[in-house]
Amino acid sequence: MNIGYYPGCSAKGSSLDYELSSAAVCRELGLVSSEITDWNCCGSTPAHAISSELSAALCTRNLMQASKQGADVVMTPCPSCLSNLLHAKERMKNPEFRKRVDELLDEPSKEDLPEATSVMQMIGRMYNTGQIAAHVKMSLAGLRIAPYYGCLMSRPADLMNFGDPENPTLMESLLAACGATDILDFPLKTECCGAASGIPHRPLSSVNSGRILELATRMEADCIAVCCPLCQMNLDLRQKQAGRQAKTRFDMPVLYYTQLMGLAFGCDEKELGLDKLIARPDKVVDKIKALNTAVREAQGGKA
Amino acid sequence: MQDSPLNIVRGRDVSFIKEVEAESGQNVSNCYQCGNCTAGCPAAFTYDMQANQVMRAVQLGLKDQVLHSKSIWMCLSCSTCSLRCPNNIDVASVMETLRHMARRENIVAVPRMDKFWMSFLNTVQAFGRSFEIGTMVLYMLRSLRLTTDVDLAPSALSKGKLGFKPHVIPDGGAKAVGRIFKRYQERAKREGVRP
Amino acid sequence: MRIGVFVCHCGSNIAGTVDCKAAAESALALPDVVYATDLMYTCAEPGQAAIEQAIHDYNLTGVVVASCSPRMHEPTFRRTVERAGLNRYMFEMANIREHVSWIGKDMVANTNKACELIGMAVAKLRNNRPLYAQRFDITKSVLVIGGGVAGIQAALDCADGGIPVILVEKEPTIGGKMAKLDKTFPTVDCSACILGPKMVDVAQHPNITLYACSEVDDITGYVGNFDVKIRRKATYVDWSKCTGCGTCTEKCPSKKVPDRFNENMGLTTAINIPFPQAIPKRASINPQYCRKLTTGKCGICAKVCPTKAIDYTMKDEIITVKVGSVIAATGYDLMDWTVYQEYGGGKYPDVITSLQYERLLNASGPTGGHIVRPSDGKEPKKVVFIQCVGSRDKSIGRPLCSGFCCMYTAKQAVLTKDHIPDSQSYVFYMDIRAVGKLYDEFTRRAIEEYGTEYIRGRVSKIYPDGNGQYVVCGVDTLLGQRIEVTCDLVVLAVGIEASHGASHLAEKLRISYDQYGFFLEGHPKLRPVETNTAGVFLAGVCQGTKDIPSSVAQGSAAAAKVLALFSRDKLENDPQIAHVNPARCVACGKCIRCCPFGAIKEETFRGQLKAKVIDTVCQGCGICTSTCPQGAIQLSHATDNEILAEVNLLCQY
Repeated sequence: MNIGYYPGCSAKGSSLDYELSSAAVCRELGLVSSEITDWNCCGSTPAHAISSELSAALCTRNLMQASKQGADVVMTPCPSCLSNLLHAKERMKNPEFRKRVDELLDEPSKEDLPEATSVMQMIGRMYNTGQIAAHVKMSLAGLRIAPYYGCLMSRPADLMNFGDPENPTLMESLLAACGATDILDFPLKTECCGAASGIPHRPLSSVNSGRILELATRMEADCIAVCCPLCQMNLDLRQKQAGRQAKTRFDMPVLYYTQLMGLAFGCDEKELGLDKLIARPDKVVDKIKALNTAVREAQGGKA
Repeated sequence: MQDSPLNIVRGRDVSFIKEVEAESGQNVSNCYQCGNCTAGCPAAFTYDMQANQVMRAVQLGLKDQVLHSKSIWMCLSCSTCSLRCPNNIDVASVMETLRHMARRENIVAVPRMDKFWMSFLNTVQAFGRSFEIGTMVLYMLRSLRLTTDVDLAPSALSKGKLGFKPHVIPDGGAKAVGRIFKRYQERAKREGVRP
Repeated sequence: MRIGVFVCHCGSNIAGTVDCKAAAESALALPDVVYATDLMYTCAEPGQAAIEQAIHDYNLTGVVVASCSPRMHEPTFRRTVERAGLNRYMFEMANIREHVSWIGKDMVANTNKACELIGMAVAKLRNNRPLYAQRFDITKSVLVIGGGVAGIQAALDCADGGIPVILVEKEPTIGGKMAKLDKTFPTVDCSACILGPKMVDVAQHPNITLYACSEVDDITGYVGNFDVKIRRKATYVDWSKCTGCGTCTEKCPSKKVPDRFNENMGLTTAINIPFPQAIPKRASINPQYCRKLTTGKCGICAKVCPTKAIDYTMKDEIITVKVGSVIAATGYDLMDWTVYQEYGGGKYPDVITSLQYERLLNASGPTGGHIVRPSDGKEPKKVVFIQCVGSRDKSIGRPLCSGFCCMYTAKQAVLTKDHIPDSQSYVFYMDIRAVGKLYDEFTRRAIEEYGTEYIRGRVSKIYPDGNGQYVVCGVDTLLGQRIEVTCDLVVLAVGIEASHGASHLAEKLRISYDQYGFFLEGHPKLRPVETNTAGVFLAGVCQGTKDIPSSVAQGSAAAAKVLALFSRDKLENDPQIAHVNPARCVACGKCIRCCPFGAIKEETFRGQLKAKVIDTVCQGCGICTSTCPQGAIQLSHATDNEILAEVNLLCQY
């Protein structure tokens, strides 16, 4: 399988840590992919908000670029990019729509564009629990993790192919493979964080992110695990804003699931971009280390 | 505001209903007004018409009212409404369709949303990839909200989360993207709609 | 042959899109047709009189009526021609309403098609032969399947009418869903108090034989003569000895058995009697949890039983009974509401079904009638009721309205206030469907006198708020706002579906059922109790959603049908059955293997093995006739010649 890697714009900016940690995890697992040459922005929310055709044109160009380098599947860490790629692919099946999109492109689109999937699904597809567990050097056992997918990753269900759209569980299985035992049954795991509204209408992101942070805090989570750059930004960078809205102060580390996996694989913290997080992840890292030390000492004692 | 009471015989635009149905691929008469779309909507508190009321107005063909509503701009496209609709209506798709239609008719009920999106897309048009600080600057200038998110700047910048230099696609890719935008804008002009 | 053709206008139903006059005139050109006319309403009295008159005036020997589906009126017209002296099978019907006028608007095309269908009917009629029914003896007893309130009523009415009744119930007690309810709407009278006496009547009635813990394994035969195999499931207790004293249930050490009667709201023992008023009041052992049966070690119940009724070696027993009629009253089950992941999919302990709530309200329930939260045993102060969970929801394939949830929800809200005066109930509803006698008044009382907060809108999500309460995310569409309610307990009015296993039973009974498993009635308005299998009747929710009064009414109606059927001493068979031509039969046995009714057997005919149709068992389905490689089996009234005549005529066009 020839995998084309589509980082998405935020991977080179606000979610550099997602990119770093995804790369580290893939490297450890041996998941090889090649970045699509010359890839462009998928248009994100703004493009589909104003025109499905513009959005599809931007996405189709990426899929064509991937196709040119022989990729049969494109994987991206970002749910928003993935959603746009898949929506474009689906809409391009309509000949009329395709004609209108082709008018925008340098060259007419190909009939069979490559598949698109998320990095998370690709890891889940290629490696079973045992294969992932084999890389674990520091178990996540005992860490209270609130898994949070956001609204885009699992829906629409038939397009995203991510299991139950109300209750996806792939992230939990990957973290469990890394030894996590205390993954919370987080009821807001697919509720919207407020998406891209932070800039034009802050209360939208503050209120919705606040609700998620509040519940995770009340459920005594050590951290929230996320898979979407926008969610991460709303919950982490905008955590103070959400706190102000809720008239409280949150202190909730928000890590990408790949950062947690990377920690379990024993990757360097810097390599995982942990220093990029606003809500400091130190207590998460410390807890993992402490728990592992305790286990080792207990085992050592026995031996 | 409309005359009161609303005359739904005179106010009804049947072709509008058909148009919304064709473009969104949804049958709006399937909606029985349970309100589940509103019940789960994270943006409901910013709406002037709730999602179920938008659906109702579309059923009645109240084109003006719907296209002038702020809600279609505030929708976050999270599609919780579509997921839980007991009648399998893709409400999010109806909302998006209505926004597209409103833009085409040059009706922009929440200009700052449009300004934000255009600011974002302008950076994509210029560099092929989005450029966060560029988007912010353009948006602040356009919306005259010069203090937007300044509270975040120190931490974001110190963590290297925002780059001052745009990411430009190498090998002329940026130009290819620019051409996509150019063709899109030219076509919009030809068709007499807002790009 | 002298054939008369009558084309019906059916008011404007047919005449609106078919030129009936032209169709009648064209029929005159067909061979043997000596008379043709069009009539406004053929099935009405003047229409039938006109047919009779024409038979006399024109010496007709066969009649074709071109009108509606034969489903409703073929029997009508057969009686008409019979009154005029013709054999009832010298009649054919052309369906130019459902097959023509209702499905097309083009007058010319419709009229052409009508003419063709009339031509086919005439062609067939020219090949028809008179057929004569045979009379046969019947067994005047009835099998009632299901001992809920509908089945109980049907059984009691039949028994009172002097008919021996065999009542089969799959659970250890009769009473069905009604026995689990606390109070009933709109009178708020105690369910057990009004049902209990009827249950006792069943036990005491000399004409009723009750088989609890039993299921129908197999049914063969036909109206008047059904052979039924009943599986009496092993209860490991000899019910002829058991007195229902309950000593065994007190001493049983296996005490962590999910209590099915209490909708799993509590635990019971491996040997138990479902509830104090159970009929029969007999103990039975749940073999999954019995220590003796699972590990071989225990036997305490056998030791303590004063009548030595315990028998660990008991096996299922099959008994065979003969009945002349069957009433299906299998009721309903709740749909699997755990598909609603947004409501927790069953993982939140304080999000329960209405039926579970009934058990909490019920004085003989697991909490002695105290409303408490399953999670922590605390009394809830804020209770949210959500209606239409699994009803009116196309997205999960359940567009149907369950019918009675609006009412019991109002009742439960009222009872909640009675039990916990400082509580507040909220009801999320889409519409209040309260169409019965005193029903709407009752829902108004729930709101006006009991202060129940009715909120019009569906609920998008329920989640635990981390402080021991639940957040219900809904909407008030009348207000046009999202609504959140923080509450202690959520009660879901879960939609219903036909009883699990109903479709299997339907196949055994050879009756039809819909996509939700509800049995299909003979006609949605005019034959609501009958099925399309003669002698099989329906009562209660097995036919479609109903509240208690309607179920009881249908139970009585089914009993009336049985009593009417048994008012005759002999029944007539339908002569439209298969016949073997022994000269052509090669005894290959294919027909025997394909017959779904077991109506064909081998017999020796002039020293040779031949197939033979058992007249009374054959249902005239025709599978054998299309299977027979020799064309040796012919179905009367649908012979190869008759069908080929129709096809030939059609091919001429």
